[in-house]
Amino acid sequence: MTLELNNWAAALVAGAGALLAIFLIPAIFNEYEVLQMMIYVILAILALSLAFIWGIGGILSFGHAVFFGLGAYSYAIAAINFGETTSAFLVAIIVPSLFAAVLGYFMFYGRISDVYLGAITLTVSLVFFKVANSTSGPSYRIGKAPLGGFNGIPSVPRLTVPGFPEWELGTIELFSLSVVLLALTYVGLRFLISSDFGRIVLSVKENERRSELLGYDVRRYKLLTFIIGAAIAGIAGCLYANWGNYTDPSVFALSQSVQVIIWVVVGGVGTLIGPIVGCFLLQWLTTWLTTIDTINKDVILGGILTIVVLLLPQGLVPTIRNLAWTVAARATRHEEKAV
Amino acid sequence: MTFVLTAGLEVLAGISSLVLIALGLAIVFGMMRVINLAHGEFLMLGAYTAITAVNSGVNFYIAILFIAPLTVGLIGLIVERLVIRHLYGRIVDTMLATWGLSLLFVGLTTTVFGNTTTGISSPIGAVTIGNANVSGYKFFIIGVAVVTIVLVILLLRKTEFGLIARATMQNPTMAAAVGVDPKRTYAVTFALGAALAGLAGGVMAPITGIVPGIGTTFVAKAFITVIGGGASVMVGTLTASTIFGTVNQVASFLTTPVLGEVAMLLTAVLLVRLMPQGITGRFFRGSI
Repeated sequence: MTLELNNWAAALVAGAGALLAIFLIPAIFNEYEVLQMMIYVILAILALSLAFIWGIGGILSFGHAVFFGLGAYSYAIAAINFGETTSAFLVAIIVPSLFAAVLGYFMFYGRISDVYLGAITLTVSLVFFKVANSTSGPSYRIGKAPLGGFNGIPSVPRLTVPGFPEWELGTIELFSLSVVLLALTYVGLRFLISSDFGRIVLSVKENERRSELLGYDVRRYKLLTFIIGAAIAGIAGCLYANWGNYTDPSVFALSQSVQVIIWVVVGGVGTLIGPIVGCFLLQWLTTWLTTIDTINKDVILGGILTIVVLLLPQGLVPTIRNLAWTVAARATRHEEKAV
Repeated sequence: MTFVLTAGLEVLAGISSLVLIALGLAIVFGMMRVINLAHGEFLMLGAYTAITAVNSGVNFYIAILFIAPLTVGLIGLIVERLVIRHLYGRIVDTMLATWGLSLLFVGLTTTVFGNTTTGISSPIGAVTIGNANVSGYKFFIIGVAVVTIVLVILLLRKTEFGLIARATMQNPTMAAAVGVDPKRTYAVTFALGAALAGLAGGVMAPITGIVPGIGTTFVAKAFITVIGGGASVMVGTLTASTIFGTVNQVASFLTTPVLGEVAMLLTAVLLVRLMPQGITGRFFRGSI
């Protein structure tokens, strides 16, 4: 497939794209619009995390929002308690990873897959949602941070530049950081996928039994995939808490998990760029639908998910790529005939 | 004594609600290996149908026991024709497509009825047990659950449709070879599951406030009950409902309703982990 970029070329393109975004977007758009675009970028990181564990690892979690929510909540709680945000950023990665390690161990070492894995992840996300919602009242606090129940945690401190506790990131800086993290995640995952580890993860997805017979501990690879995905989702959650300066239980909601799944399905399961495209496209569509307020956005999003599963099971990006490939192949054939 | 009776009634009513909520999904999963994630929305639609019918002057019992199941059964038939039929054998794709449908139904209902809580009041008043007043509607729920269970068992065991459905479940190719049309059987089974969801929605309408998004609370409970129950439709649903319903009610009584639900969900997670094939994958094998 000559249409595929190699990793270094992709890294170059991603880096150039990130630089362009960082310098052009704040120059063209006002601060409010930059803030709007920042959420797209943050959610695209979340989309990438599911794209990795589902599209590459073959693990479909129906409660992926748990890790996103854990990232947001643990960042908020740590930042309020520590009074310092660099370590809080790390906490927002460590907590979701640890939880993924426990949950993943519980599931994969019990050989849970498919529907059963769906049932467990969905249930776990509901537990988080219900518990987070029920923590209203002054008695529910972790250290200095009140959990706030349904209302969530307000006035979460913004990230500061490491070593400069007074230098709080402004909107433009936070936007730039999000873009850089998205590009890094994308490139990092690409390199990971083409490493030995990534190839084994892919082979486990393709044929679990065969990989096992070749001597790989399937459970361990699934667990590691799950943890990596959770860590990335945690980063997205941390940025999300920074973006709005608050977090509430809706980060754990089923609708949040569904949304991520829709982005990945629409963009294309098994690719990395697809879910990013799906996320941008659908988030833009959702915002637009909410602005014009004539059709309920759930009708459109739900309809899109069903129709894509029925008619474009590969998703947008692979379909377009294949189409381009076919057209290109036909064109070269014509040329050969002409000669 | 009064305490034991009222507590027992609570537990029984909790179990009965779970059975009603899960049964439709269980039949569809057990017979067709399809997880319908729009199941919660089928319940929601049943509830809205019942509320609309009652508000326009229809008798309460006719609305919840006949109009709600028939309407949702019809919707099920359409959904099977347009979506489910094209995805047989692709269990994950079916889940995704029906999850899309669930969003679609929530959006449509919000557009029509608005995002506000509606409800109807039950015509059954309080009943006195000893020195305690309990809601008489609880007896009604238990009654509906028992009658539904008996009817579904009779349907699967004693009728020609039941025979054909069970045969198709066991071996669709062989059933087709002896002249059964599996597509038709699946369509009818799916519609039956939808109708049962509609019934459950109608019955639940007077006791829970109904909002367009209520389906998510139902679908998770139904989903874990079905997965926890395992392959046998009736026995699985009954045993899983009994375990989860009891845990929920007892834990709610000891702590708070929220923690009761959490205890139930955690029990479900543990159960699925310990018995991935469900309760009936290990016990009561071969039952329906």
